Amino acid sequence: MAGTLQFDLVSPERRLASVSATEVQIPGADGDLTAMEGHAPTITTLRPGILKAVGSDGTKSYVVTGGFAEISASGVSVLAERAVPVEEANAALFDALMADARDAAAATEDKDIADKLVADMAALRAATGL
Amino acid sequence: MPSLKDLKNKIASVKNTRKITKAMQMVSAAKLRRAQDAAEAARPYAERMNAVMAGLAAAAGSSASAPRLLAGTGSDKVHLLVVMTAERGLCGGFNSTIARLARLQAQELLAAGKTVKILTVGKKGREALKRDLGQYFVGHVDLSDVKRVGYVNAQAIARDIIGRFDAGEFDVATLFFNRFQSVISQIPTAQQVIPAKFDGAGVGALYDYEPSEEAILADLLPRGLATQVFTALLENGASEQGARMSAMDNATRNAGEMITKYTTIYNRSRQAAITKELIEIISGAEAL
Repeated sequence: MAGTLQFDLVSPERRLASVSATEVQIPGADGDLTAMEGHAPTITTLRPGILKAVGSDGTKSYVVTGGFAEISASGVSVLAERAVPVEEANAALFDALMADARDAAAATEDKDIADKLVADMAALRAATGL
Repeated sequence: MPSLKDLKNKIASVKNTRKITKAMQMVSAAKLRRAQDAAEAARPYAERMNAVMAGLAAAAGSSASAPRLLAGTGSDKVHLLVVMTAERGLCGGFNSTIARLARLQAQELLAAGKTVKILTVGKKGREALKRDLGQYFVGHVDLSDVKRVGYVNAQAIARDIIGRFDAGEFDVATLFFNRFQSVISQIPTAQQVIPAKFDGAGVGALYDYEPSEEAILADLLPRGLATQVFTALLENGASEQGARMSAMDNATRNAGEMITKYTTIYNRSRQAAITKELIEIISGAEAL
């Protein structure tokens, strides 16, 4: 039985979760990763995706966009620009996120990054089935 | 000597004013609670952000390839002052203390031969600075339609600032806002945000970074700025309500004193009129 780690999820406006979890699946910018107890200290940026925290009382999923995760041996803090529990996510939210992503894509010169952001958003939307 | 009727009207009007100021005080008290809760809720994010950024900045700040948002443009000729005030008045010295601090700083910079540009957030600061420094205004952010400041507002402001920075409009940016201390004390604060400055030692350099430190830093600096703006907005919001609450408390108390004073005058003149009439009646009766 794996040990637990402290999982904190905060957005600029509020703290969404502060629980102990056995594993946390993080959509990192360079690829997904799972943090468990004893993980090497890591800081990674996030891409838009679904963050899963597996705890003793089941798995909780959150839709996160932007921000970063700070992983240490005993805990994970995720600082997400936007974070919404999957159950609360709806089509309107994704419409707003997609619009934001397209605006950002239109504003920046770096086409690769912008296109990836839009693609990530679309993938995220497909993954939640909305 | 005002007539009895005038006094009566005056008392009635001051009583009305007292009711209004009392109501405003109570509204501010309720809003203050909400503003404080919002500031409280935003604190964990801002603190972690600051800690991580400080660590990254310490690691990458000295290298030549550091992002410009952190390292600056290498000169400090043009200063952008972001003056954050309230949209509404009637809150004591809240707006004027920020305006005064900003004006002082602007005059100092001008005297030192620097160029000053001013971005105002909130109507009141704009009005206060218009006469002396109106020619330096470069923009204005209107938040009068915003019921509750959210992170999106801060993001919009931060994006505006970064856009101007990327366009080479200024070298140094400073935020002016009131830091909430207590209901009776708000501290006007100037905080330099570009080039970025972070307090504290940070989280240390024992982390793996994914992607590279530079990439993370480049990604996080705009977010860090938005967070700082957001914190400033929230501090300002709480300060505004606190200032308004104590200002309205004073106004209510003053109105009470005024009512007592006028009531005394009213009673005295009423008594004088009665006495006068009595004397007239008595002396009339004696003459018969």
